[in-house]
Amino acid sequence: MASPYQFQGTGRDLQKDLLANWYRRLENAPQEGTPVAYLFISGNIGELLRSFGFELVFPEVNALQCGIKKVAGDFILKAEDLGYSSDVCGYVKNDIGLATSGNRGPFGTLPKPDLLVCNYSGCNTYIKWFEALAEIYGARLFLLDVPYRRTGEEERREDIEYVVAQLEQLAEVAAEITGRPYDPHRLSQALAHARAAEDLWVRILEAARHRPSPIDAFFEAVFFMAPIYVLRGTAECVEYYQAAWKEIEERLTHKLGPVSEERFRVVLEGPPPWPHFRTFWELFKRWGVVCVASTYSKVGGIWDFGLRHDPARPLESLAEYAVNCYTNWDWTLRRRMLERYAEDYGADALVIHSVKSCRSFSVGQADVRDYFTRERGLPTLFLESDLADPRYFAEAQIRNRIDAFFEALEHRRAAVTPPLA
Amino acid sequence: MSHDAERFWEQAQSWDELIERCRLLLLDPVFPTVRAWKQRTGGKTVGCFPVYTPQELIAAAGALPVSLFGARGQVEIDHADSRIQSFVCSIARSTLELGLTRHLDWMDALVVPSICDVARNLSGVWQHNFPDRLVFYLHLPQNVESAAAGVYYRGELERLRQGLIELAGRPIPDEAVREAIRLYNGNRALLSRLCELRATRPEQWPASHVYALAAAGNVLPRDEHTQLLERALALGEAVSRPKRDWVRVVLRGAFCEQPPLELLEALEEAGCAVVDDDLQIGARFFLTPVAEDGDPLAALADAYRFQTALTPVNNPGRRSRADDLLRRCRETAAQGVLFASPKFCEPALYDAVLLKRAAERAGLPILEFEYEEKMTVFETVRLQAETFVESLLFFSEVT
Repeated sequence: MASPYQFQGTGRDLQKDLLANWYRRLENAPQEGTPVAYLFISGNIGELLRSFGFELVFPEVNALQCGIKKVAGDFILKAEDLGYSSDVCGYVKNDIGLATSGNRGPFGTLPKPDLLVCNYSGCNTYIKWFEALAEIYGARLFLLDVPYRRTGEEERREDIEYVVAQLEQLAEVAAEITGRPYDPHRLSQALAHARAAEDLWVRILEAARHRPSPIDAFFEAVFFMAPIYVLRGTAECVEYYQAAWKEIEERLTHKLGPVSEERFRVVLEGPPPWPHFRTFWELFKRWGVVCVASTYSKVGGIWDFGLRHDPARPLESLAEYAVNCYTNWDWTLRRRMLERYAEDYGADALVIHSVKSCRSFSVGQADVRDYFTRERGLPTLFLESDLADPRYFAEAQIRNRIDAFFEALEHRRAAVTPPLA
Repeated sequence: MSHDAERFWEQAQSWDELIERCRLLLLDPVFPTVRAWKQRTGGKTVGCFPVYTPQELIAAAGALPVSLFGARGQVEIDHADSRIQSFVCSIARSTLELGLTRHLDWMDALVVPSICDVARNLSGVWQHNFPDRLVFYLHLPQNVESAAAGVYYRGELERLRQGLIELAGRPIPDEAVREAIRLYNGNRALLSRLCELRATRPEQWPASHVYALAAAGNVLPRDEHTQLLERALALGEAVSRPKRDWVRVVLRGAFCEQPPLELLEALEEAGCAVVDDDLQIGARFFLTPVAEDGDPLAALADAYRFQTALTPVNNPGRRSRADDLLRRCRETAAQGVLFASPKFCEPALYDAVLLKRAAERAGLPILEFEYEEKMTVFETVRLQAETFVESLLFFSEVT
């Protein structure tokens, strides 16, 4: 029977097509003579690089693709054979394994970089990662130093000026490699697209305030957010979010949601366990849990508090964006964000997924649990595994913890709800 | 401890006695010299997380900078376990443990430079757990060649100066900073002298002893530590030590968390003469004297950008960590490299892979092992080191 709905599945399917096309362009880049830059998601200044004609590779996205397609384990072992410790980031090892295996993954073959841009926002491991790639590929490395956003201080002018000065230097490097001059007009056009996509993306995320929420702001958002991270600044990215919004709008109209019956609304802190993504989601779904807000969907940009790329201030707004990515915020700012989400989205609980690979995310999460349980009275579930390494996911243990937590929440709810007369 | 007892280097009659006192001090989780200083002067004390804290500024405020190196295995990690995950390095966990168990109640402020994700987040953990104490996060530039990095880092130092003015309740004029720079330059010159002596005659100046002398400085005012080093240089020459069959090695990976003393001793017993290392590098990270005239903050910023010892946690700019390692091996006539990484220390573990490759390409034998604070058994490392030494002593010269 045909679906009674017109737009359901659009966000997911269109995203897959866009990513497949992008990977195809990457595969063809060497033949076409297109210059290639590698960079990171968090604080990525892709619009600037694309304005010089670079095709962009995001090694983190390749790593998560390998994770979700269940081939990360082999690449990680390959890197460990090369001397990498079992205790370092699984994303890095996945990428080193990939880079030393002909750069061929489930997405096709990746081109070598002409330029590595380490846009370091909130992750020192990024630096070590690209230092290794610079050696493997013999490619030029540009380190874009992005200062950490600290509490008690408004956004500091010095931070923005520092990043802008470096972006100007990066533009010179990009011009040298591509032979194309810096074109501020072209960049502004891209930033207008970025801004339009950001408006739509925020509208989609904020739809989760409805009951039932039309979207899972963690398990679904990780797919919906892909275009704004890898293709931001393009017309196709804006078109994607227009289409995705139609799907969400339709869900709102028909009160459709990610689970058949929404029983618990949670805020989720931390990245997903990519190699066990489906299993992890199912463990929540069976309790009717919907993530109504998540921090992982903000790793590549925090737009729901008003920040936007601005075509009238291209480099400044790129700098402001880079400073304001989730793991580049200090703990007080991160905690305030979680507080705001819990309130604005009517959360019943906070779930923290602590991953070994990413100390940037994880160190300090125990204080968050402490704060929310003790001072805010918000039940908090703390889970540990990894984002890339399949060996760290203990399913039975995680299932037990999730079951015990939601069972207790259910009991508590029953105890405070008066019986029907 | 009385003020006189604090100045133990003056009483020490022999090299061994001096070293023993330094060892006791560096392992003491009570920080007796720091507490005594605070009581005596009523001044402020500032804990400095490794590696690149510009202590000159703190000293210029009339405060006492204290280099923190975790609990060195002297305190059980109990409370911090529920705060920082088990996959995080010992130094972060044990520093927090010291705080939670009131071993650091003397500390008025903490400076955390942006050396790694754990350190950076630790600044937030500290803020959450000790809300009444100042935490200063120092952003070290990661793009040192850019002129903008110089301007930015000078600005960071100015912010630190302002924070310290507020903490100490007194102005910090440029001349006071220049004075502190002179004091630290003098101290570093003596540390360098000891390191040179150790590289030239390791049997006379064993690395584990030089280490104890440097580490005592973590908890002493710089002028007193300078006196201690002067005394050490005088006493050291007087000892008569036999020559022995060593293998000269360079040690890398210990720039932040420190290995247990017993580990250094086990390496020496196994026949490794450590002729260059990055132990306690925070006490001597400026490779040349910092300019003693002109704008002192600009001088510190420039020195950080261009004259800093390379570790996995700073930006090398145009320099290369691999070239730097190989150059040091040549200069010290090292026969091999020991890669000693603290368990869970991502920067050390990443760099070890690249540096090992460079050493191997240069024909330098390597030995690699991990350590952690709570380590108590050193037999495996000793055995590995003995095998390494034997292979070098007995097989390398056969041509």
